[in-house]
Amino acid sequence: MEAVKDKQDSKARPNREGLKAWLNPTRYGWERLSYWLMRLTGLFLLLYFVGHVYETSNLVEGLDAWNAMLELTQTTFGHIFLILVIGASTFHSVNGIRLIFAETATGLGKPGRPDYPYEAGSLNNIQRSGIWVALILAAAAMLYGSSILFGGD
Amino acid sequence: MKRRFLLARETSEINLARAKNDSSDILLNIYRGGSNKRSEKSYDSHRVPVSRWTTVLDALIYVKERLDSSVAIRFSCRMASCGSCGMRINGIPRLACYTKISELGTDTITCEPLPNFLLIRDLVTDFQQFFDHHKKIQPYIQNKHLDPTTERLGEFKQTPQEVDEFLQFSYCIKCGLCYSACPTVATDTKFPGPQALAQAYRYFADNRDDSAQKRLDNVDHKHGIWRCHFAGSCSMVCPKGVDPALGIQMLRSHLLSITKKPKKKPAELREINREES
Amino acid sequence: MKIHYITGLAALLTVAVHVMMRVVVPFSISLEYENVVTNYQNILYALLLESVLILISIHGFNGLRVMLLELRQNAMWEKFVTLFTLTAMVAVIGYGTRTIIIVSGQSL
Repeated sequence: MEAVKDKQDSKARPNREGLKAWLNPTRYGWERLSYWLMRLTGLFLLLYFVGHVYETSNLVEGLDAWNAMLELTQTTFGHIFLILVIGASTFHSVNGIRLIFAETATGLGKPGRPDYPYEAGSLNNIQRSGIWVALILAAAAMLYGSSILFGGD
Repeated sequence: MKRRFLLARETSEINLARAKNDSSDILLNIYRGGSNKRSEKSYDSHRVPVSRWTTVLDALIYVKERLDSSVAIRFSCRMASCGSCGMRINGIPRLACYTKISELGTDTITCEPLPNFLLIRDLVTDFQQFFDHHKKIQPYIQNKHLDPTTERLGEFKQTPQEVDEFLQFSYCIKCGLCYSACPTVATDTKFPGPQALAQAYRYFADNRDDSAQKRLDNVDHKHGIWRCHFAGSCSMVCPKGVDPALGIQMLRSHLLSITKKPKKKPAELREINREES
Repeated sequence: MKIHYITGLAALLTVAVHVMMRVVVPFSISLEYENVVTNYQNILYALLLESVLILISIHGFNGLRVMLLELRQNAMWEKFVTLFTLTAMVAVIGYGTRTIIIVSGQSL
């Protein structure tokens, strides 16, 4: 059978899974879930960051502008949003540190002689526990944030 | 660990019946789609009798032999050695010959062609792009001491420890499951894929090869090794324990000059006259 | 990716300090106009804010650039993505720096 050229056929029969592959984190275990969450939290935090830079620029306009901004953001919805930001940033940071170690092959084990059932040495609980710790710390940070934002001073 | 995600509950009545060696039926849905862009994709469903050890490939061959000979499938060794029968089974890339019906834990099996490969027809995909990426990383030993014109026989001496540095990566059967599972390959057509990058590490780590820097430069570009984000899906689906994710991260650690391992000692080339052998 | 790792680590440290500043006094008091402006007028804090701004902008927009480059691969798209993310990065840094400079020079 003739080898098919990707360029000619990419429009007719797109062969790539595309964005769907990024969006579904359920098929391949913890590391794929962590990949999905890093991208999701990263985009979310970038949007928050741009909004935050704009929001804080109200300081330049003076007291009234600042207080008007606070009225908009110091609401129940604003607090819930901030708690999500706390969770996202905690997860993104802790998992990011885990990824720095993992992507430099630290904690992934050494090559060896594979044997049945041919489980991958790199998908071990040492580096995976980093994901669990990130999720637990994110939940703890969100609880702490809720206690400050909703719990009164 | 890996199998926990791929195995489902084995306590259903069907599995109990199979355990008693009674056969039962499953519903096998097979993707039918042509290379003609006008043909619409669809799924053909067939009832297939299975017993305890029936594999997905056995079920597909049953369909092809007795129910619908027009189904296009690719297979060869039937023992997870050739890598021909890779396909997406119930959403995950697997080898059909290596996947028992019973381990899927359901009576409805859906077989689709491997994603991220060009479709030829039904379950058969084109591997040209995949092989092209593999060729680009120069998957052969390069050693300036090797002289192809000499009449003397030669052998490299390697210790078992030196072999263990790269051995598991040489077990790759080029089945393409890792290429299908990778989220970067899903969108980035220039990314070599986990198989090619793991093979780049296989030759980098082999001390019979002396072109380490060239191999690093080959993958050091914005659509190269830096587009791997350790999603780990490649290692999760690999049927041979190659663990491409490990190879890629080890290659990356060399690129970042993080690894503290000493430079590999080149393997000694022992040359002997033909008369001596 | 080296930029991504380095800015990520550095941003973690600076953001942690920035967040702590809002928690050392009761939260609602820490957001009062006078308290915030007083913080900005401390040169060390202003420098901290500037580093948070620069590090997070680089890390965030570089991450966005990585994701967009993986979506499509042709020369025009790559130029557009690089230009767009660089421009956005410079714009956000510029706008944030303006806030920091003006507020740190303000009198209450």
